[in-house]
Amino acid sequence: MGRTLLRKVWDRHTVRRLPTGQTQLFIGLHLVHEVTSPQAFDALRARGWPVRFPHRTFATVDHIAPTRDTARPFADLLAEEMMAALERNCRDFGIPLWPLGDARQGIVHVIGPELGLTQPGMTIACGDSHTSTHGAFGAVGFGIGTSQVRDVLASQCLALDPLRVRRIRVTGALAPGVYAKDVILAIIGRLGVKGGVGFAYEYAGPVVERMSMEERLTVCNMSIEGGARVGYVNPDQTTFDYLRGRPFTPAREAFDRAVAWWRDQASDADAAYDDEVEIDGGALEPVVTWGVHPGQSVGVSERIPGPAEVPAADRDATREALEFMGLAAGAPILGTRIDVAFIGSCTNGRLSDLREAARVVAGQRLAPHVRGLVVPGSQAVRAAAEREGLHDTFLAAGFEWRGAGCSMCLGMNPDKLQGREVSASSSNRNFRGRQGSPTGRTLLMSPAMVAAAAVAGEVVDVRQVMTAADSAPTARRPPFTPPHGATQARRGPTGGEAR
Amino acid sequence: MTATRPLPSGPVRRVEGRGLPMPGHDIDTDRIIPARFLRAVRFEGLEAHVFEDDREMERTAGRVHPFERPEFQGATVLLVNRNFGCGSSREHAPQALMRWGIHALVGESFSEIFFGNALTLGIPCVSVAPEDAAWLQGLATSDPDATLTLDLETMQVMAGGVSVPVSLPPAARDALLTGAWDATGLLLEDPAAVETVARGLPYVTGFSIGSQSSVRSCQSGVVSSEL
Repeated sequence: MGRTLLRKVWDRHTVRRLPTGQTQLFIGLHLVHEVTSPQAFDALRARGWPVRFPHRTFATVDHIAPTRDTARPFADLLAEEMMAALERNCRDFGIPLWPLGDARQGIVHVIGPELGLTQPGMTIACGDSHTSTHGAFGAVGFGIGTSQVRDVLASQCLALDPLRVRRIRVTGALAPGVYAKDVILAIIGRLGVKGGVGFAYEYAGPVVERMSMEERLTVCNMSIEGGARVGYVNPDQTTFDYLRGRPFTPAREAFDRAVAWWRDQASDADAAYDDEVEIDGGALEPVVTWGVHPGQSVGVSERIPGPAEVPAADRDATREALEFMGLAAGAPILGTRIDVAFIGSCTNGRLSDLREAARVVAGQRLAPHVRGLVVPGSQAVRAAAEREGLHDTFLAAGFEWRGAGCSMCLGMNPDKLQGREVSASSSNRNFRGRQGSPTGRTLLMSPAMVAAAAVAGEVVDVRQVMTAADSAPTARRPPFTPPHGATQARRGPTGGEAR
Repeated sequence: MTATRPLPSGPVRRVEGRGLPMPGHDIDTDRIIPARFLRAVRFEGLEAHVFEDDREMERTAGRVHPFERPEFQGATVLLVNRNFGCGSSREHAPQALMRWGIHALVGESFSEIFFGNALTLGIPCVSVAPEDAAWLQGLATSDPDATLTLDLETMQVMAGGVSVPVSLPPAARDALLTGAWDATGLLLEDPAAVETVARGLPYVTGFSIGSQSSVRSCQSGVVSSEL
C-alpha cells in the first residue's frame, strides 16, 4: 500500500513520539511576522533560550504594514511598537528580516513561494492560519498560535496529533471566467466550514493538475476556511518549473537532485485515503459569498438562500447572517450594491490575480460611488506588475495603487471599511468586522469578479463582462503578454491567456 | 474586567465554576478578539476587549451580550456550540478568554487551531453532544449560580445533579492531566534526535551529494543566497 504525501512528510520529520502520544515533528521552515511573534520572543528571553535554527527562520512585516505612507515612525504608534519589536527580536536572535522598503518584503505566504523558500516535502510553520497556502508546492504548512511560535523558535519542532487525509478531485475543465478562487469557495460551500477539521486536504484531479502555481496557492490558502489546517497539491513539473532559478532554490546539479527528491514526496498512485470527494469543475460558475463565513456562498446566477432552505441546524445562523448583511432571502446575488473593491491578500494578491483584474477594468472607470484599492501581495509582485504597466490600468480606472501588505483583508493597518460599507473583496474571510469596521460587510469573490463589480458598482457576472468585451471589435484587447519569467513558467486554462 | 482566578499552571484535572452560555455556530476568532486589538506586543489587557464588537452590536440592538450580563460575571466555563474558534490562528483569542476568567470550554466542536492554542495555555476544550451543549446552556441561563464541574479524570461535566459525558483526544487529556500541556519542555528534551532528523533532510543539507556536510554549514550556504 502506497503512502500519501502527508504521510511521507510526517514520517520523515518525526523526531519521536511524546509521552502524551503526540508526535514531535521537525519544522523545516519557520516564517515569522510582527503580530504573532513578540510574546514568543519575550518567552525565549525570559528563559535565556536561543533560537534553535535561526537559519531556517525568516521574518517580514505584513499585517500592520501601511500601504501608503511607510515613513518611520509609523503614524500608528502601536504599529510602530510592533515593528520596532520585530526589528529588535530579529537582531537579537540572528534572524533575517525583510522590512518595509526591502524588495523582498511582502505577505509571508506570497514571499515564501516567490523567493523559493517554500519547497516540496517541507514542513512549514507560521503564526498565521493561512500557512496552508504553502501546500501548493507539496509542502505541509501549519498555522500556529504564539505559544507554538515560541516552541518552534526554541526547538524547531511542534507537538502535533496526526491528520487524516481527504482527497478532493476536481474533474473536467473550468469555464472561462471561473477561477481557482471559485473552486475553493465551491469546495468550502459543499463540505462546510468545519468539514475539514482533523483532515489535511489533498487537492487533485485534472483541474488542479492544469492549474498554475499561483492558482494552486489560492486553493491551498483557503483550506483553513474549510476547517482543514493543512491543504496540499502533489508536486509535479509545474512545481519544479516554477522553482527553478529562484533565490533560495538549489542551483545547478543540486537542483536536479532536488527535483528527484521532490518528485518522490508526491502521494503514491496506490495511496489510501481516509475520505475522497469529487467536484465537477466543469459545472462551476463564479462564486460569491452572501453571509458571514466563507461557506455561505452561492453561484453568481443563484439566489440568496433563506432559513427555510438550509438544514435545521443552520437556520439561526442563516437568519443572523442575512440580518447582519442586510440582504434578503430569495434575492439574486447579482445586483448587490458595493461600496468598496479590494484586490489583494495572501489569497489573491499575486501577479496573475492582478493581470486578470486589470484585464477586466482596462479602459473602464470605477463606478462613481465605489472606492477601489489594489494592494499587491509583495513588493516583487508590485514591481512585476509595474513592469507590465498594470498599475497604469488600475490608476486610469480610478483604483488606488498601494504598497505590499495584508491591508484591508483584516484592517490592521489604516486600510479599513467605514461603517456599514459593503466590500467586494478578493480576500479570504467575510467574518463580521473582518475588514476593519465592526459593522462592515464583505462579499468574497475572485479578483476578476471584484474588478467587474468595481466597474458596475454592484455584483455582476464577470463572464458576461468578458464576453461583451471580447466580442466587441472596438473593445478587443491585445492578447496577454507571456508571463514574466520570474513568476510563471506554465499556465493553466484559467490563467492569463487571452480568451 | 480582570481574571478572577490565577492562570492555569501544573496538572489540570478539574475545572469548577459557573457557566457562561455563548450560543451560536462558527464563532470565529475575529469575533472573539477583533484584529485591531492585536496591535500590541503583550497579551495583558486583552480581556477588556473580548467580544468587543459583538457586545457593541448587541447593545445597539437593545440586547445584552452574554459577556456583559451581570449574572455571568466571574463565570469560568464557556458553553458553546459548533466549530468554536474558527478562522485566524491568533492565540489572542484564548488568551483574551483566559484572562477574562474562562478556564474551560464545553461545546459541540472546536476549530483545530483554537483547540491547540487553548491547550498550550492549559485550557481544555471538551466536546459534548449537541443536545447536551444546549442543555448546559439552558441550565446556565436559567440558573446562573449553578456550579459546573469538568472532571478530566472521569471525563464528564457535572451540573445540576446530572453528569454529561465529554470527549477529548487522549493526547490532549494526557497533557492536561500530567501538566505537560506546555509542550516546550518536552520538545527540548532530546536535541540530538532533532539534529538527526534535520541532517536526514536533503533540503536542510542543501541537496549536497551524500548530505554529509553539517547542518550548520549548509544552512549558511542557503542563507547566503541573495536576490
